[in-house]
Amino acid sequence: MKHIKTAWRNIRRSPYQAFAAILIMMLTFLTVSFFTFLIVGSSKIVNYFESKPQVTAFFKDSAKQSDINALENNLQSTGKIASIKFVSKEEALQIYREQNKNDPLLLDLVTADILPASLEISTVQIEDLSSISDLLNKSPIVQEVVFQKDVVSALTAWTSALRKIGIGLIVVLSLVSVFIMVTIIGIKISQKREDIEIMRLIGATNWYIRWPFIFEGIFYGVVGALFGWLIAAGVLWYTTPFLASFLKGIPVLPVSYVSLLELLGAEVVLAILLGAFSSFLAVLRYLK
Amino acid sequence: MIRLDKVSKKFGTGVFGLSDVTFSVDKGEFVFLVGPTGSGKTTIFKLLIREVLPTEGSIIVNDWDVVKLPKHKIPHLRKKVGVVFQDLKLLFDRTITENISLPLEVAGINQAEARRKTEEILSQVGLISHKDKFPIQLSGGELQRVAIARALVLSPDILLADEPTGNLDPATSWEIIKLLSDINEKGTTIIMATHNTDIVKSLSKRVIELEKGRVVHDGKHEGHKTKEKKEESKNLPE
Repeated sequence: MKHIKTAWRNIRRSPYQAFAAILIMMLTFLTVSFFTFLIVGSSKIVNYFESKPQVTAFFKDSAKQSDINALENNLQSTGKIASIKFVSKEEALQIYREQNKNDPLLLDLVTADILPASLEISTVQIEDLSSISDLLNKSPIVQEVVFQKDVVSALTAWTSALRKIGIGLIVVLSLVSVFIMVTIIGIKISQKREDIEIMRLIGATNWYIRWPFIFEGIFYGVVGALFGWLIAAGVLWYTTPFLASFLKGIPVLPVSYVSLLELLGAEVVLAILLGAFSSFLAVLRYLK
Repeated sequence: MIRLDKVSKKFGTGVFGLSDVTFSVDKGEFVFLVGPTGSGKTTIFKLLIREVLPTEGSIIVNDWDVVKLPKHKIPHLRKKVGVVFQDLKLLFDRTITENISLPLEVAGINQAEARRKTEEILSQVGLISHKDKFPIQLSGGELQRVAIARALVLSPDILLADEPTGNLDPATSWEIIKLLSDINEKGTTIIMATHNTDIVKSLSKRVIELEKGRVVHDGKHEGHKTKEKKEESKNLPE
């Protein structure tokens, strides 16, 4: 308690240094927050696509319903199918109308005749996708097979790139903030050299002198993390309506308060570690 | 209580700050440490609280072997030996109360007890009306009393006072001496370094006289001799 009071006094008496320390911590945790959103969001999108009907087979107009049923049974018998859904020409038109209900010109141009009937098939395991798609391709009644594997692999590549960039950036920023914090705490120790000497002479232990500096580092970390998180959460909240309409149908947004608070908790823990570590380095370096 | 045995301190420059100093001080004694500037008075104090280590010899304080004392025990030693530093070493950004309670704070004494102790010592040194002022608002004699109060607040067994009357007028000096004598009567061992021959003469206490780092006299005050040495010292280059 006494140490926290001393730390608070030290912080108040050099506001510019405190401001610099908090800003760099804020920047670090802003980056941590944004990349967490991006990485979690994009892997949710990948998951969404992975769990969607992964192969769609469009039938030729000449395909008979009995042939289609035979193919469907054939597929079921492989045991690899999680679900299978037949979409008739009329249903395809319904879907098309729904998707383009705001554009009367597009609606006028299209009739059920030009839209193909299709089967939407998802497999239990993603590896079975290829064999199913081969099977469909061999069938004489199938016009075209659309395979979402390409979409998924493109997204996966993006996600892993995003993760690498994010982790790299966070590591660099953490290092920068540690160095800046060590410098700031070091300056403070130098400024208080005389006071520290006096305290030692009247019997202060090393830890008595060190604790306030450690608390100071933790304070900068936690306040920086709090502001970084607040800004990131604010930006997320502000852009949620726009992003939600952009990602229509993909259940990523809105992010729940629980997840946001979990992120805050993790960031605060990280901030405490980062702050304490920086001060500890400074204390070791400047307090012999 | 305190024993120095063949203690020498050689500084980095090769100059001997102290050479072959041997003396002991019993519990409850009041000892003057006299001698010109640079004769080693402050060095002895620094050795006693292990601010520096001797080059040779052994130092015992309160049954502690100061030279061999492990680093983490140094704070214990310093809590048992109160020091009034020559330059006072007060914290100028803290109030008088905060300055005096600092050793209690450092020793981890709880706040209520610390407040009680601080008030008690403040009234003992007659500074209770200045308790919320800052050092810069006080006179030289008052600051000296603050330094004494801080050295005493942990009820140390030993009080080392380095030139506590150094910059004070005679009347104020006498107040300080009276205060130290009172403290001594309550059982605290006191070693006081001073230039002030008048005080040494009038108090008829044990006097240890240093010159160029050696003990040249140890015993009851002999007024004349000390006076002579004092005169001599004035002609010495600093």
